[in-house]
Amino acid sequence: MPFQAVILWTDWLIYLLVAVIAVTIVYVRGREHLLAPWRRVGHSASGMVGLTVLMLFVIVGLLDSLHYRPRIAGNAASAKVVYASEVKSALDAVLEPLRSRREKTYSAPLATELFAKEMIEHADGSQSRDYPRLKFGGTQLKEPATDRAASIARAVIGGAATGVVVWLFLALFIAAAVAQSARTHIHLAWSALWRGETPAPWRAVLLTMLAVFLAGGAAVALAVNYHVLGTDKVGQDVLYLTLKSIRTALVIGTLTTLVMLPFALALGIAAGYFGGWVDDAIQYLYTTLNSIPGVLLIAAAVLMMQVYIDTHPDLFPTAAQRADLRLLFLCIILGVTSWTGLCRLLRGEALKLKELEYIQAAHAFGVRHHRIISRHILPNVMHIVLISVVMEFSGLVLAEAVLSYVGVGVDPSMNSFGTMINNARLEMAREPMVWWSLAAAFVFMVTLVLAANLFADAVRDAFDPRVRTSARSLKRLPPLAKAGVA
Amino acid sequence: MIAYIIRRLGYAIPILIGVNIITFGLFFLVNTPDDMARMQLGVKRVTPEAIASWKQERGYDKPLLFNAAASGLDKVSNTIFFEKSLRMFVFDFGRADDGRDIAREIRMRMGPSLAVAVPAFLVGLFVYITFALAFAFFRATYIDFWGVVICVAAMSISSMFYIIGGQYLIAKLWHLVPISGYSGGTDALRFVLLPAAIGVIAGFGGSTRLYRAFFLEEISKDYVRTARAKGLSETVVLFRHVLKNAMIPILTGVVVAIPFLFIGGLITESFFGIPGLGSYTIDAINSQDFAVVRSMVFIGSLLYIAGLLLTDISYTLVDPRVRLS
Repeated sequence: MPFQAVILWTDWLIYLLVAVIAVTIVYVRGREHLLAPWRRVGHSASGMVGLTVLMLFVIVGLLDSLHYRPRIAGNAASAKVVYASEVKSALDAVLEPLRSRREKTYSAPLATELFAKEMIEHADGSQSRDYPRLKFGGTQLKEPATDRAASIARAVIGGAATGVVVWLFLALFIAAAVAQSARTHIHLAWSALWRGETPAPWRAVLLTMLAVFLAGGAAVALAVNYHVLGTDKVGQDVLYLTLKSIRTALVIGTLTTLVMLPFALALGIAAGYFGGWVDDAIQYLYTTLNSIPGVLLIAAAVLMMQVYIDTHPDLFPTAAQRADLRLLFLCIILGVTSWTGLCRLLRGEALKLKELEYIQAAHAFGVRHHRIISRHILPNVMHIVLISVVMEFSGLVLAEAVLSYVGVGVDPSMNSFGTMINNARLEMAREPMVWWSLAAAFVFMVTLVLAANLFADAVRDAFDPRVRTSARSLKRLPPLAKAGVA
Repeated sequence: MIAYIIRRLGYAIPILIGVNIITFGLFFLVNTPDDMARMQLGVKRVTPEAIASWKQERGYDKPLLFNAAASGLDKVSNTIFFEKSLRMFVFDFGRADDGRDIAREIRMRMGPSLAVAVPAFLVGLFVYITFALAFAFFRATYIDFWGVVICVAAMSISSMFYIIGGQYLIAKLWHLVPISGYSGGTDALRFVLLPAAIGVIAGFGGSTRLYRAFFLEEISKDYVRTARAKGLSETVVLFRHVLKNAMIPILTGVVVAIPFLFIGGLITESFFGIPGLGSYTIDAINSQDFAVVRSMVFIGSLLYIAGLLLTDISYTLVDPRVRLS
């Protein structure tokens, strides 16, 4: 084996999440009443654009969740196989050139020289104070001052053109699929697609993909010779750091809700269904937890966790495992502070549902409590769970940044948007300003959160019965599909 | 009214006791004072004597819950739980690691915190309601559409970017106000202006969109149709009927925002160097001053409970159907 697989705690949970989603998809596909709201999501242009962008982030995050320890090339004589102590991920393997090309310190995006002046020794022994050339950025250029612009333009045009070609194939494939499902000719489907007449908003999705492929193609072409987003204080490529941060954001946004969901479901439904002292006890519990300001509870808990990690170093063999456990703990404690809202909603809904006739009838037939809860109540509160899970995601991603700034977020050695912003804050004071790592974190974070918000809105509109029946959403229904494609 | 308030305050006591037990558990049971001492002293200087003296300095050398060595009432009162947790109910928070009295520090830092948070809160509420009402008035037009687009985009931006951007643009580039710092008296205005304005802008997207949804929900109700049928103008309908009724969900949400005001205060104060409670908490977290963090947890929940009580009272002001009973 050229490598040894390493599965961190959060990796396990991510695989579990992926499995849950896959099972849900299979389950929903065969049931029309469950499929209908999802179809409404699929018909919302903004929702599908958001989903498209989210999927790109998810792909990066999943690649970054396949961890392994590469084998160290030892002498062939020794039979013992040795693996590196450093844990890498599949994303690291893909981005190996970005990861390994380290400069000395800051350099601006697409620069050929370092950001700060240094003493340079020339071949003839003389010394001068100037900006030294980068070790990896733009090394192919003989005369950076004159050739750089042309070289960058060539790379951008070439990369973008490649992106467009790939995108055209993708668009043709989608048109073919649309034609297949509508049983028409492909050129009819193609023109319907671009007039925005397909039932699913393929035009919006394809335009989003076009933007991604243009930017992505240009970035890949540039990354061959340059640091696209510059380098940070220790000379690491900022693009690499940003891509690595995506996993942290996704883990915080998804695992937190995964961790809190069992508690919120069990306690919320129990409080509403059983009433009486159970209700009182659970209400007291969540009012108490709610009354502690979230950030302070998190700070207190994370400080305690830090004390525990520091006093028990033998439990955490590698730095990656330590950082990973802290991330998981952060998810758990964020979950503890954020389950109360969902719990209250579920309690109210269970309270309402248990008075309905079909549940009264089930009682009369002598159906047991756990059967009533699992067969009658649980399926009828799932839309609330789904809405709050997707609505919560973007808030959690934003919260991670704040917590990491406060110093109670992820481990300082772990890449995240919060640590990037935190480091960038000190760089802002430099003259001239080091703006690129802040800008990179800003762009990626806003894109992620915006996409999540758009998708969450589409999900809420499709699943919330209150929104569905109001006159506003009637107006928003897509125009009836025209002949030819429908 | 007074009887109602007293009864509500009575409800608050079990909650405060619960908060107290949670913090006690977190700070003394999950990690013993020995662990904290090791952490504070650093790995190199840890000796049993150093730990003992560290604990004695802070009064952590007593038994946790029950002091068998003492006599009489001291059996219960001469313990960590009594000294460190129960004493908080009379606002005796003990001393921070730098030796200062925490209660005094909190009193001193309350002013600057309020000076930033209160204007931001009030102006924000006014601005959000105004815009939300305008979007609701122009509903289903381009003004409404682009308004919502801007709101969704604005709420996708982390508040830290608003702070950093505002500091850079207004303070560093245009030199309109100082980047950070604070001073008392009328001079405080210069320092409060930027953080308060950024607080308002940072909350704009989320709140405006939420309030717009509240207004639209009210507008689709029957009494609004009746009001229009009577021949009232749209402006009168909006201000006289819709605004009043939508204030109930808005007020509920404002209370939910009060703890968030606190978290917003944390980073704003730390970025702008305002000597308030937020920056005090952040400093305590960074220097791992457990006594201060514990006190702030207690104060925070106290504020939250006060906020809940205020909402219930404010309901009666906007909704005559709600009676305090």
